[in-house]
Amino acid sequence: MADNIINVSKVWKEYGDAVVLERLNLDVKEGEFCTIVGASGCGKTTFLRMLLGEEIPSRGNILLEDSPLPEEPTHDRGIVFQRYSVFPHLTVLQNVILGLEFTQSKFTGFLFGKAKRIAVNEAKEMIAAVGLSDARNKLPSALSGGMQQRLAIAQSLIKKPKILLLDEPFGALDPGIRADMHELILSLWDQTGTTVFMVTHDLKEGFSLGTRLLVFDKVRHDPQSPDRYGASITYDIPLGMTDEKILNKIKSTTGTD
Amino acid sequence: MKRLVNIQPGKGWRIILGLLPFILVLVIYLFASNARLVVNPNDKLLPSFGSFGEAIERMAIKEDRRTGKILLWTDTKASLQRLGMGIGISALIGLFFGILNGLIPVIRANLSPFISVLSMIPPLAILPILFIVFGLGELSKVVLIVFGIAPFVMRELQQRVQEIPKEQLIKAQTLGASTWQIMIRIILPQILPRLIDALRLSLGAAWLFLIAAEAIAATDGLGYRIFLVRRYLAMDVILPYVAWITFLAFLMDYGLRALSRFAFPWFEKETSGS
Ligand SMILES: Nc1ncnc2c1ncn2[C@@H]1O[C@H](COP(=O)(O)OP(=O)(O)OP(=O)(O)O)[C@@H](O)[C@H]1O
Ligand SMILES: [Mg+2]
Repeated sequence: MADNIINVSKVWKEYGDAVVLERLNLDVKEGEFCTIVGASGCGKTTFLRMLLGEEIPSRGNILLEDSPLPEEPTHDRGIVFQRYSVFPHLTVLQNVILGLEFTQSKFTGFLFGKAKRIAVNEAKEMIAAVGLSDARNKLPSALSGGMQQRLAIAQSLIKKPKILLLDEPFGALDPGIRADMHELILSLWDQTGTTVFMVTHDLKEGFSLGTRLLVFDKVRHDPQSPDRYGASITYDIPLGMTDEKILNKIKSTTGTD
Repeated sequence: MKRLVNIQPGKGWRIILGLLPFILVLVIYLFASNARLVVNPNDKLLPSFGSFGEAIERMAIKEDRRTGKILLWTDTKASLQRLGMGIGISALIGLFFGILNGLIPVIRANLSPFISVLSMIPPLAILPILFIVFGLGELSKVVLIVFGIAPFVMRELQQRVQEIPKEQLIKAQTLGASTWQIMIRIILPQILPRLIDALRLSLGAAWLFLIAAEAIAATDGLGYRIFLVRRYLAMDVILPYVAWITFLAFLMDYGLRALSRFAFPWFEKETSGS
């Protein structure tokens, strides 16, 4: 029990009459890398937003290290969205230092002198780890999509989050760049040992990355009112146990590819 | 032959085409003025360029016999002071309430309807109230400008704040930011260039309210002067004054744009790119 970092039990999420997610049960150990796949609109983002504390389950509860999840985003859960995760008015370095400044400088939000130098050095290491050293003083608008996502990852990881949430982080990238990003995220995950949840539309990505694959899908259907039943976790497969047959089966049920 | 929508004028042509309307107006004016002056040399409606020169000399170069001051400069200084204070105060109010309203739902619920109603009151309709409450001095003119443009700036900035992607606010929170830190490190710097945009958009209204207030109660100012000399049909003074006001308005707009480009290089890239 104690070694579960996340504990989801009997969680439902409804918006008005529409049930989005139902009967979610999930235990995740520290350091696991879960990839989440499922049809569009089945509630993957909603699930991440609940883990983030941005949304609150309608029923059931989520525990983080055995205590109730804070009901708003906090520094122990990092996030990378598909877009808009970085601040357009700050350079790469400033974007990464920001997380340190927020905790160390409550009033002005800026660091000065020695504290600043220490923070800059830490940020530079983080930037080097995601391969952006050459772009340190550039604005996000001058970066490619892949570089912006690298920046967003660095920005989150400098906070050493217990959990890193990735919502289709590479969805908007070219396939070639995506492969680089996979390598990057795996090596960072390896180094930091943080627990990762990653939503993807790309089933291949779900199969090749991570330690565990979660498939979200509706079990029950009501043709008269499609919102009557929500999705739940239909497959929960440890990596390495996956094969072509399961892949095709998931493909056919979720309609993803 | 290309379609009209695909024809791009070259650089030289663009300048010529741009200048053409100005030249046209000048030429038409010259002809009309000439025609009237031939019939009646004392005609005041469309003065010749010579009488403009004399008027400009009288207003802008020589000291006024009665006051010993150069009228154009005293007028300009008085007007710009009022305008500057009005716009400055509006900017501060707009920034303060725009950010609070845009970012904090409780305050928005509390103030947004009030500000919406406030912004619908026609400012000129309350000018008499301002004169009664604040007297005929500088204060009521500044307050009129503030009343005229601050609600617009507030609402505009509130909208711009609400347009900042929610992802950014969430991201900041996951980086450990407090509400205050979100405000000063994420919202404020991104909203400043939008403040400049909003001020540029309200310059026209600010001038309108300034001139209206000066026309009704003042002893100096650009608006005061043109309404004063109207009594003598002094078109030779009014037209150069109007040109001067237009020029000042243009300079202010240009200055604000230059400031935005200089101070917020990221903003230009952000809005012109992607
Ligand atoms: N705030 C909300 N209010 C009402 N309905 C919502 C809200 N947020 C999400 N939904 C609904 O919940 C369902 C799941 O949305 P969600 O964004 O989680 O799907 P998703 O699996 O991430 O889809 P995609 O793959 O397209 O990103 C959708 O039908 C959506 O319309
Ligand atoms: Mg989604």
